Amino acid sequence: MLRKLKSQLLVAVVALGACGIAPAADVIGAGSSFVYPVMAKWSADYRAVAQTRINYQAIGSGGGIAQIKARTVDFGASDKPLDSAELAAANLVQFPLVIGGVVPVVNVAGVTPGGIRFNGTVLADIFRGQIKRWNDAAIVALNPGVSLPDQAITVVHRSDGSGTTFNFTNYLAKVSGEWKTKAGEGITVRWPVGIGGKGNEGVAAYVKQIKGGIGYVELTYALQSKLGYALMQNAAGEFVAPNEESFQAAADSAEWDKAQDFNLVITNAPGAKAWPIAATVFVMMSKQPKNAENAKAALAYFDWVFANGAAQASALHYVSLPAKVQAQAKAHWTAALKY
Amino acid sequence: MQETLIAAAERRASRDARHDRSFRWMLAGAGLFVLLALGGAALSMLWGGREAFATFGLDFITSSNWDAIGQQFGAWVPIYGTLVTAAIAMLIAIPVSFGIALFLTEVAPTWMRTPVGTAIELLAGIPSIIYGMWGLFVFVPMLAEHVYPWVDANLGQWPIVGSLFAGPPLGIGTLTAGLVLAIMVVPFISSVMRDVFLTVPTRLKESAYALGSTRWEVVWDVVLPYTRSAVIGGIFLGLGRALGETMAVTFVLGNAHELSTSLLMPGNSIAATIANEFAEADTDLYRSSLIALGFLLFVVTFIVLAVAKLMLRQLAKREGS
Repeated sequence: MLRKLKSQLLVAVVALGACGIAPAADVIGAGSSFVYPVMAKWSADYRAVAQTRINYQAIGSGGGIAQIKARTVDFGASDKPLDSAELAAANLVQFPLVIGGVVPVVNVAGVTPGGIRFNGTVLADIFRGQIKRWNDAAIVALNPGVSLPDQAITVVHRSDGSGTTFNFTNYLAKVSGEWKTKAGEGITVRWPVGIGGKGNEGVAAYVKQIKGGIGYVELTYALQSKLGYALMQNAAGEFVAPNEESFQAAADSAEWDKAQDFNLVITNAPGAKAWPIAATVFVMMSKQPKNAENAKAALAYFDWVFANGAAQASALHYVSLPAKVQAQAKAHWTAALKY
Repeated sequence: MQETLIAAAERRASRDARHDRSFRWMLAGAGLFVLLALGGAALSMLWGGREAFATFGLDFITSSNWDAIGQQFGAWVPIYGTLVTAAIAMLIAIPVSFGIALFLTEVAPTWMRTPVGTAIELLAGIPSIIYGMWGLFVFVPMLAEHVYPWVDANLGQWPIVGSLFAGPPLGIGTLTAGLVLAIMVVPFISSVMRDVFLTVPTRLKESAYALGSTRWEVVWDVVLPYTRSAVIGGIFLGLGRALGETMAVTFVLGNAHELSTSLLMPGNSIAATIANEFAEADTDLYRSSLIALGFLLFVVTFIVLAVAKLMLRQLAKREGS
């Protein structure tokens, strides 16, 4: 697959090189499919102002990391940060780009969007098969006034490896020791129960088909599918709804300045209004790129995204980084990347 | 004069011989190409999967533990799922295809034969992802609401086989995948069967009718024995597709690495596992395990076909033909 991709990239590069009137630069990026919609929008808008074509391939976070390590692309994008040792070993620099969020969706008769409340432990207990029915005392206790049926819970998770799963299981592992030891966190885990859908759209479709189903998807898919979704109790004890404001609050309250190389997952963030399962997309770039001109053009593009990309992001239910985190990211890449 | 004629004839003969030789080499090359492609594909997958085989040994096949975090990989769940879904598909598809082919060649009025035959060939051309989407959005809700609750309440209570049919009516699971596969392979098998049934000489059939045979007797005692090996070839074609089908199965199988006796519960298949997990397989051992899984699909298909060929040979021997 990777080899095929490489050859495709090669073909693309050759083809672009062959046509003489190409724009000033052709930047190639690869990775997270979660960020693809907004990346495509930004690229289109940026091309109009800067004559730089951004060619982003949504091959998955793992693929993006592998590609930037091999320096076959100008930047990689991942939903999961690399730690300092791994970055140093591959001579990479990492910074956050944009924020999204993962939302638990349910298919229970009478539960509207935002019509059910969970906390971290209950969510973890549902996903590890400990809580089996919708009228379990633990769920009822969080939802006074909501009539929950005596119906079996069917867990739906991702069947493919995914940054969405990484952020979701990272949160469950933070709030539940049982989850941490039994299932763990990662882009794919050993699910104790449930069935697997391919992609966000697969999980949404399964939850929609199965009465009593519960799954987790990006906010856009939760809104599009019109499924019932949950309010979550965050680390400060407040119940919050998944929206731009609560994602931003999560990014704001996370302690970015203490995280070396931005190696920070902002789930279970401490802010009073913070959505507990917020997710960050990270960009990785090489300190010694094969094509310094392209790398420079990529940085100019990210600079433009930080300054002008907020409206496009929020139209697609992403959230741009808080100003202070943008400043930190910019300072970081200016110091570390000398082209 | 005569010498020039002889010389011309000799030239001609040697040219013919040369052409014949090169033609033979071309044919041999075409035949060898198949062997090389097959051997190359199998060996490169074995090579890619060597790390998994070396790490887990025989456990890779017998263990049902598939854990990407703990880096423990056992392929029994997908192997089992592949075999069971293909078995369900063939159990349904063979009799149905047989019925379709017989109807079209023996029973249907002549004006109906061509349109129905063409429709079957068109069905064979539908991409598998369409079957998958149709399965998930149309077939699954129907099964979950109207069929599986009844199956669970009735068949699920039977002794011994009951456990196969008991379980919550999710609609997504091994049985659904088998049913969708059956629908997918019916066009393959029935169009082959129809074509070979048409090759049976009318004289043979009419002789049987003249001796007072019923339609069933003609089909069973004349048409089938005459076309047996081609019919079995068509069945293998369908079986091959059922074993390797990826997208349609991924949509309706549930993709859970969980071994369960009930056919109503979700499972996994080899092809679906590879398609789902390859893009994000982040360690060498993980990737190697998925490639090893591909090699096992090769082996499973090979064993199934070999067993079938052996059975065919036994059958031929018993009939003394």
